Amino acid sequence: MEYMLIIGADESMPLPGPGEPGFEETMGAWAAYTRSLFEKGVFISGGSLQPSATATTIRKSLQSPPVIVDGPFAETKEQLAGFYVVTAANLDEALALATELPMPVGSVEVRPLAMRPDETGSPRPVL
Amino acid sequence: MLALLAARFGDLDLADESVQDALVQAVETWSANGIPANPPGWLYTVAHNRAVDRLRRAAASARRLAASAHELTREPEGRQEVPIVEHTEVGDEQLRLMLLCCHPALDRDTQVTLTLRLVGGLTTAEIAGAFLVPEPTLAQRIVRAKRKIRAARIPLTIPADLGERVEVLLTVLLLIFNESYLSRGGTQTLRVDLAEQAIRLTDRARTLLPDEGEVEGLLALELYLHARSATRVDAGGELVLLRDQDRSLWDLELIRRANAVVRRAAARGPIGPFLLQALIASQHANAPTAADTDWPLVADLYARLLSAAPSPVVALNRAVAVAEADGPRAGLALIDDIDGLDDYYLLHVARGELLARAHEPSAAVTALRRALELAPSPAEQRHLHRRIAALA
Repeated sequence: MEYMLIIGADESMPLPGPGEPGFEETMGAWAAYTRSLFEKGVFISGGSLQPSATATTIRKSLQSPPVIVDGPFAETKEQLAGFYVVTAANLDEALALATELPMPVGSVEVRPLAMRPDETGSPRPVL
Repeated sequence: MLALLAARFGDLDLADESVQDALVQAVETWSANGIPANPPGWLYTVAHNRAVDRLRRAAASARRLAASAHELTREPEGRQEVPIVEHTEVGDEQLRLMLLCCHPALDRDTQVTLTLRLVGGLTTAEIAGAFLVPEPTLAQRIVRAKRKIRAARIPLTIPADLGERVEVLLTVLLLIFNESYLSRGGTQTLRVDLAEQAIRLTDRARTLLPDEGEVEGLLALELYLHARSATRVDAGGELVLLRDQDRSLWDLELIRRANAVVRRAAARGPIGPFLLQALIASQHANAPTAADTDWPLVADLYARLLSAAPSPVVALNRAVAVAEADGPRAGLALIDDIDGLDDYYLLHVARGELLARAHEPSAAVTALRRALELAPSPAEQRHLHRRIAALA
């Protein structure tokens, strides 16, 4: 099974920038976490995102041509901040990996992947 | 049986459908040919065969799909037959099923529904009736839960650290028990007795988790409370306070059972919040009259409960017990220190009653009037009207 760990964070919470106190510790904690995924052999992909203010959304509908909109697709208190895709035998294992994420506050949505393309681009169920 | 089949085929939904098939077939076959010599064995065999049939049909349709679309040739995982489960593992399988139904990834209503449906064996109609929820809503909830269990692969495993999972299980069982005490009107006679279901399920959990004192605590608590269920409401539907209940109508057999459970658990320790509540209920259940209650001991147990599981409601109960032990002023002082219960009618009831006993009738009436504004049910409002009239 593959699960996406979808990381949500409140962007109004200040984060230390490069050179500021706490920056090295924060980066180090994330690096250590990602390394632990490598070592367990469960890492598939992952990354952090630029703030939601950089998002552009394309809205498609049956009635009209696609519309380009400034901003993320949902205005919520917490915004999508990053993600991991990991392999895990079952939900309990995936939840354990998600719980270890080195974020003090925020939330992680854990969702199983349904399909993944093979080399020809055809969707295959993720088992 | 469901737990065994779920483990054997690694598929809860398949197991559940097959047991339903077997039960339907039992009704037809048994009424025509009589009941077989070993009914559970008969049901298991039929359910097992039905599951194999369903898998064969699923495999056949998968092959048809594979013929048209090349990618679906692999057999679904977890559906291979495993050797038959040894008898000694049956308890484990039941525990797995119980923990699965109460998995924290399922919402509370779903946990309650699945526990009653899959562990308790109630029908969808019975659960819907017990909670006064439309049957399609409940059926939908079960379908959604099964889909999530399969798609997100919630495992049928017993985690190494049981603590948190047992806590959820106990919360679910307590909710089922409490539901039977919520007067929701409706056609009472048609409703399944949820208190009895909760006791049955808690008793099974105790067998499966023999080292968890809190399971014993909850079981004893439920037995004590159920023992006095006949006296909680009078013939006119009015609530009867504990001190006014006719103790000769309490169910001594249930009290004896509860006493045995509490004694064993308390002797072994540790003593957690449910066991403390059971010990408190035990003091009431075993006192021949209300006046015989050992209030200093009850007050002490509440103090221990308050430090084990702090909550303003427990603090209020402790204040009432202290008032019984040391007089109304001591109780009132503790009530005045409670934060966060200003909108809780029982706080104002307790204050009113203690002020009345402390010979402050006008302050008592003010407190009871505040309680009246907050009282949730007509029975409670009538009771407060009577008390205010008596004091004014």
